[in-house]
Amino acid sequence: MAIEIEKPSSVRLSKVAISKTHGEDSPYFAGWKAYDENPYDEIHNQSGVIQMGLAENQVSFDLLEKYLEEHHEVSSSGKGAPGFRENALFQDYHGLKSFRQAMANFMEQIRGGKAKFDPDRIVLTAGATAANELLTFILADPGDALLVPTPYYPGFDRDLRWRTGVKIVPIHCNSSNNFQITPEALEAAYQSAESMDLKVRGILITNPSNPLGSTIQSSVLNDILDFAVHKNIHLVSDEIYSGSTFSPSEFVSIAEILRNRNYKDAERVHIVYSLSKDLGLPGFRVGTIYSYNDDVVTTARRMSSFTLISSQTQHLLACMLSNHEFTQNYIKTNRERLNKRYDMIIQGLKKAGIECLKGNAGLFCWMNLSPLLNEPTRQGELELWNIILNQVKLNISPGSSCHCSEPGWFRVCFANMSEQTLRVALQRIHKFMEQRKVCSVNQ
Amino acid sequence: MGLLSRRATCNTHGQDSSYFQGWQEYKKNPYNEVNNPNGIIQMGLAENQLCLDLLEPWLMKNPDALGLKRDGISIFKELALFQDYNGFPAFKRALVDFMGEIRGNKVSFDPNHVVLTAGATSANETLMFCLADQGDAFLLPTPYYPGFDRDLRWRTGVEIVPIHCTSSNGFKVTLPAIEQAYRQAQKRKLRVKGVLITNPSNPLGTTMARDELYLLINFIEDKQIHLISDEIYAGTVFTSPSFVSVMEVLKDRNLDQTQVWERVHIVYSLSKDLGLPGFRVGAIYSNDPVVVSAAIKMSSFGLVSSQTQYLLSAMLFDKKFTKEYMSENHKRLQKQQKDLVSGLEKAGIRCLDSNAGLFCWVDMRHLLKSNTFEAEMELWQKIVYHVKINISPGSSCHCIEPGWFRVCFANMLESTLKLAIQRLKSFVSSIAMKSQSHQELKSLRRKARNNWVSRLSLQSFYDREQDTTTEVSFSYRPHFMSLSNIAATLDAAA
Repeated sequence: MAIEIEKPSSVRLSKVAISKTHGEDSPYFAGWKAYDENPYDEIHNQSGVIQMGLAENQVSFDLLEKYLEEHHEVSSSGKGAPGFRENALFQDYHGLKSFRQAMANFMEQIRGGKAKFDPDRIVLTAGATAANELLTFILADPGDALLVPTPYYPGFDRDLRWRTGVKIVPIHCNSSNNFQITPEALEAAYQSAESMDLKVRGILITNPSNPLGSTIQSSVLNDILDFAVHKNIHLVSDEIYSGSTFSPSEFVSIAEILRNRNYKDAERVHIVYSLSKDLGLPGFRVGTIYSYNDDVVTTARRMSSFTLISSQTQHLLACMLSNHEFTQNYIKTNRERLNKRYDMIIQGLKKAGIECLKGNAGLFCWMNLSPLLNEPTRQGELELWNIILNQVKLNISPGSSCHCSEPGWFRVCFANMSEQTLRVALQRIHKFMEQRKVCSVNQ
Repeated sequence: MGLLSRRATCNTHGQDSSYFQGWQEYKKNPYNEVNNPNGIIQMGLAENQLCLDLLEPWLMKNPDALGLKRDGISIFKELALFQDYNGFPAFKRALVDFMGEIRGNKVSFDPNHVVLTAGATSANETLMFCLADQGDAFLLPTPYYPGFDRDLRWRTGVEIVPIHCTSSNGFKVTLPAIEQAYRQAQKRKLRVKGVLITNPSNPLGTTMARDELYLLINFIEDKQIHLISDEIYAGTVFTSPSFVSVMEVLKDRNLDQTQVWERVHIVYSLSKDLGLPGFRVGAIYSNDPVVVSAAIKMSSFGLVSSQTQYLLSAMLFDKKFTKEYMSENHKRLQKQQKDLVSGLEKAGIRCLDSNAGLFCWVDMRHLLKSNTFEAEMELWQKIVYHVKINISPGSSCHCIEPGWFRVCFANMLESTLKLAIQRLKSFVSSIAMKSQSHQELKSLRRKARNNWVSRLSLQSFYDREQDTTTEVSFSYRPHFMSLSNIAATLDAAA
């Protein structure tokens, strides 16, 4: 007689694998899905969803393509057989020296020469995503905390917390002072962490800010650094949008602040950079950590084994970024075009009666729709977001997914589409706002 | 100054191991046929450099692949923007076909079960994050790849418990050894989440037999745990027995579509088979959709460059090319391995019988001063610093028998290999001569001592017979003692 034995459930996966800390259930990602299912196309799908939730820079590709056309030996095996072979074998976690040199130069150019970078302090990683996670592994133990100003990039919830076991404690910023970080807010966040028995290991700022689209002022950077020194913690400055400031003079890097202080207290400061936003190459996976701390550099280099940049890509970009004429022109032209796009969207939104935070950088603007909320709550914001996604057919990112403490703000990307598509998007917003006016008048 | 994390300050990165130290020494004084003929020859790096010349003509014939074009038209923008962690569909399709080809098409792989990662280093770590919590353990047969200490443990907090294999049966995995490891883990209060094997093995250079794989599958079925099969050397099997993947065994036993099917995961990479470690192309293959889903999200931390995915999808799609490449690859590996094995044999050094990999597992136990790891380290240092060859000591691979070394052969020209063998031969001869003269000296001493001893006892006998024992024995003692001193001095000089 057969005995039925209940099959025990399959062996458990790790806590990390089954947790939701990857954050993909957030509306930030849900909006992308809606776009994927019904993507707008100028010709084939004019009623589709326009993707305004993806911070990509597509305004300057022609410059890159032109460079490659004129220098096609760079992406061919034309350099001769030994070139490809050496490249294919190169897996040294120090990274191609020529590439690190080129990155250092590029970063200096972006900062108008106001800061100097030593190529030997550059650690290469497969994207800023990897750089931020790696730094967290190095600077904090599981259960420790990093302070991050709100609103912040939704991906940080995954990048800083998921596999590291580190917690994020928000530094609350609000519209009363244009979401600037204040010493009071810093202190409040620190106290909050302490009250939860969390050891604070550092502060992570994004400058220029995602999602605000604005640079952090020099005085504020000084305050933040002073705070870090006072509490004896680290400061990570994610500067991946530094080349996307509309006017070069408006961006102040933490590197500059340190230079002005003769590099006193520099060993607690680390900068994250990437080519995904400024050069528009997210697919190539190029990120860097720049640290003034020797131990961090050594450890980060070893850890970068888990996330090295393809040597093929390092080679291509080393050539491109070593071309001074190309980079000068690129940086300048890219800034101008982004500025133009920004003006276009701001004007368009203004005409529709919508205000935005004054921005000066990035690939997006921080839009204020709080007057439109049914109720000044997160729920109210999500309801509005749903309407915009499903009726207006625009995917924009709700402030709550960026942990903004004030409901009603939305991040709207403008650099990942053609000018024509942006016009269509603005028309739709205009129409939507008109309809709402009519509705409220009729009530 | 804020301290760094425990992870940053501990030694689990493993770079203090002799495995990496050897590399450091090589870097300081690298052999070069022209510029530095007395430098250190690198035989501690498992790279496949034998067929890169075959890739170059393909690249010339297919300029679009490197030039980021499709049918002559630039697709730069498309590639530059492509950061989807699901991976380039054409690349995944080409990759699974290639993986199937290597396994004689006895198994086929579904591209939807593939997760692309920046190298097998990243794949192995990611699987640990998915399958085990901090403080859990994986069982690994020894000897194993030294990098595992870092890849599996460093940031994950997972422990490795060794399954000890020995030369008594060619280092094959046995049931008693696995069970012993499991008990050991339990003693250490570690929860075992799975077994990780490398097949073909690094550092042994052998493929696992079917019965070993059966053993492992039975074990993981019984214990309800995972099995990871790191098959990154699958394409380097150059002679029989042919490669049997764990997937094949599962299929043969009709275990596909059962629970154990979902607990077996493969790690692959193009670093060894195609010789492209710089391009960082690794993959996890799993039949568990939850693992695939979690691993895909984690791959965000180590995606493969789209530029590289595009190049390799074109290359792997050219099945005629890959077939020719793999066939030539096997021929060249076999020849180089034969050269090394026969060269070592002439020097009186034997290797474990191997049919795969980029290295041999070499038996130098007879060259050790004593059967200890200290003696192994001493021998290793001599080989690195005096013979000027970087090889990897078995202890760095956690081998429990001292005297074994991993020696790589696929990362050099034939001429360099010949030179390395020559150097080893000279070294072994010099040891032989030294030990011969030492033996001769020893036997001379023994003879001399025996003479003295026999004369001593005879004399004392005679003396006793004459009943002046004390005086006589005393008078001989100093001589005897001084002879011991001489013997001791001779020993020290050897």
